[in-house]
Amino acid sequence: MRINLRDKYYFKEVVMRKLAYFTVFILIFVFLLAETGFAGSKEEKPSGAIGGSVSVIAQWGGNELEIFNKMKAPFEKDTGIKVEYEGTRDINAILTTRVQAGNPPDIAVISSPAKMAEFAKAGKLVDLSNVLDISKLKKDYAQGWLDLATVDGKLVGVFVKTAVKGTIWYSPPNLKKEGIAIPKTWDKLMEESKKLASEGKTPWSVGLESGSASGWSGTDWIEDIVLRTAGPEKYVDWYKGKLAWTSPEIKKAWQMWGEIVANEKMIYGGKQYVLSTNFGQAAQPLFTEPPGAYFHHQATFMQGFIAKQFPNLEPGKDYNFFAFPTIDKKYAKAVEGAGDVCIMFNDTPQAEAFIKYFAGAKAQTFWVKGGSGLSANRSVALSDYPDDLSRNAAKILTSAEMVVFDASDMMPSAMNQAFWGAVLDYVQNPQKLDSILEKLDKIREDVY
Amino acid sequence: MYMRIVALMLAAIVGVPLVLVAYSYLVEKLISRIRPNIQKRLRPWFWIIPAFLLLLIFLIYPVVNTFILSFKNADSSKFVGIKNYIYVFTNHTMLIAMRNNLLWLIIFTSFTVTLGLLIAVLTDRVKYESVAKAFIFMPMAISFVAAGVIWKFMYEYRPKGTPQIGTLNAVLTGLIPGFKPKAWLFDPSINNFALIMVGIWMWTGFCMVILSAGLKGIPDSILEAARIDGAGEWRIFWRIIIPLMKSTITVVATTMVINVLKVFDIVYVMTNGNLNTEVIANRMYKEMFSFRNFGRASAIATILLIAITPVMLINIKRFGQKSG
Repeated sequence: MRINLRDKYYFKEVVMRKLAYFTVFILIFVFLLAETGFAGSKEEKPSGAIGGSVSVIAQWGGNELEIFNKMKAPFEKDTGIKVEYEGTRDINAILTTRVQAGNPPDIAVISSPAKMAEFAKAGKLVDLSNVLDISKLKKDYAQGWLDLATVDGKLVGVFVKTAVKGTIWYSPPNLKKEGIAIPKTWDKLMEESKKLASEGKTPWSVGLESGSASGWSGTDWIEDIVLRTAGPEKYVDWYKGKLAWTSPEIKKAWQMWGEIVANEKMIYGGKQYVLSTNFGQAAQPLFTEPPGAYFHHQATFMQGFIAKQFPNLEPGKDYNFFAFPTIDKKYAKAVEGAGDVCIMFNDTPQAEAFIKYFAGAKAQTFWVKGGSGLSANRSVALSDYPDDLSRNAAKILTSAEMVVFDASDMMPSAMNQAFWGAVLDYVQNPQKLDSILEKLDKIREDVY
Repeated sequence: MYMRIVALMLAAIVGVPLVLVAYSYLVEKLISRIRPNIQKRLRPWFWIIPAFLLLLIFLIYPVVNTFILSFKNADSSKFVGIKNYIYVFTNHTMLIAMRNNLLWLIIFTSFTVTLGLLIAVLTDRVKYESVAKAFIFMPMAISFVAAGVIWKFMYEYRPKGTPQIGTLNAVLTGLIPGFKPKAWLFDPSINNFALIMVGIWMWTGFCMVILSAGLKGIPDSILEAARIDGAGEWRIFWRIIIPLMKSTITVVATTMVINVLKVFDIVYVMTNGNLNTEVIANRMYKEMFSFRNFGRASAIATILLIAITPVMLINIKRFGQKSG
């Protein structure tokens, strides 16, 4: 078919005009769609089954994630709310980015109260006293845990999973073979360790690797020693930045840890093993034949890792823990605890329903049954703990005269990360302790 | 939620081209009312506006904003002068990061380019060229994070006397009697090289492919003429191939330099900058996302930009020469 010039011009004109109209039409359509789509997710009101979804971000993987999945199943069934879980080990960075971008998850579970305070001060967190039943909360949780989750008079978090730090794991049959009784004091512990070392056996297994958070398990050591040599008041001053790293109290703690970790005869595999071994696997040498090590320092949650790696071992009989031994009698009753705190960014009906369920005894029971954590919720019955081992841990937590929180998690992020890194530097080169502490002090002066 | 995603996808796939068509139609309508000779001069400017707008929003504005933020404090609430820059050039970790970036720059760039050239020249002479090149190029298809994880397994350390599960230590202890397994990523005398090795493994294939293309561009007649004149292969390589490929080599080398200044993923995944392996980009990430210090992060970003710009200009200039 032949088209003359006029036709061609006509064709162009008409098609172009139609295209332009069509564009406008499509755009209006798309925007309407977007609007209704957006509004739709907000207006779904609860009526028995609420429906919709809630986004949750936390750092659980492996065993902890399995338990979380079991825990959320009845919630999803009862409410019709879908829990969209996202797990990451670099949770602080992910959260910062998403909050900055105006796209935070509905709920986050983090292990650093300092980070929580940062978000709360920036006005990003929902005040939970309007969401949760406060009188019930006060009955369920010790005041200490509520205080830790309160920022500027507002309750912005709930501790959903806790652990006692500074417990020392061992294999009862192996210690019996060596004729070692459970050491009650630090001096006794060191004496037994040195005796083992002199026989050519490495008493300790230490593992510091943990991805982008490598070094944190070493900070627990320092904290435990500071708490028991300098006392809780100095301990708090220290994480608040009022006590210098180069002060004798802190330096002494590093040196005391150094007696173990800076002595190749005291640690399994030497410093290369310490630096390159993941904290979750660091208890393994205790249970090999012949044993590679006899003691391992890690929080109560280690039980979950050991149970997973050695399913044939019986808790209490084949592996057990004792509390960190007394160093100074004055501070014998202090215990270091840590925990994951649940915070809420978006006040949606789904998020409210979730946090109510999550903080309650029913959900908490899943953690303790899975042997992966302790509950700060007092309504969780001790009989729900699966074995004596975890029951003892829970008893330590509830009966402690004084619970202080993991110091590194209370420090500002920059200080905390520098602390992690400093632990690695120290293990690598213990002679440099002074310059390592000076560098930490420079950061302390900078961030507080 | 899903409705929204569908709507956005529709907007992107259907909306964007349609808006552009509608825009050029409207522009054409407007312009057609002006005198033809002015019309001709104005038209390109109108056509460039959409691209320029996108550039302005997604490139120029962020750059300017970053530059301004670099003179402000952590939460960008007040100006602090050049304090952030002083920090960047005096802080201990930053100095280590800069030293490491220099180390990366020298070792990574020289190895990737040299190995790439060597492999390109050598594979050019064998029948199974494409198979060999495919193997060398393969790491390019893996993401940096995955490569980091893979090499973490390769470098895995177990104490002497226990079964080695890390490939490198297993091979070395197997071949050399009495070899003490090394914690490659945790020994400060070797960990930087262990990281750079991963980078080289990933990028040699890229260099090889570009250099190989450059090599194929050299006319056979020149090489034949040289051979007839009695030049040996060694001499041909140095006196003919290298000079003729100079601009290609420069482009590849500058691309590698830009790459290395931005290096982040490998370090982040494998050591996170611990034990003296910090690099500038990882530091920037930490200042920004872990410590929420926008001022310092922006200062580091600005310095990186300033360091990269000259290299980029060389690259663009060379590229222009090549195509022109």
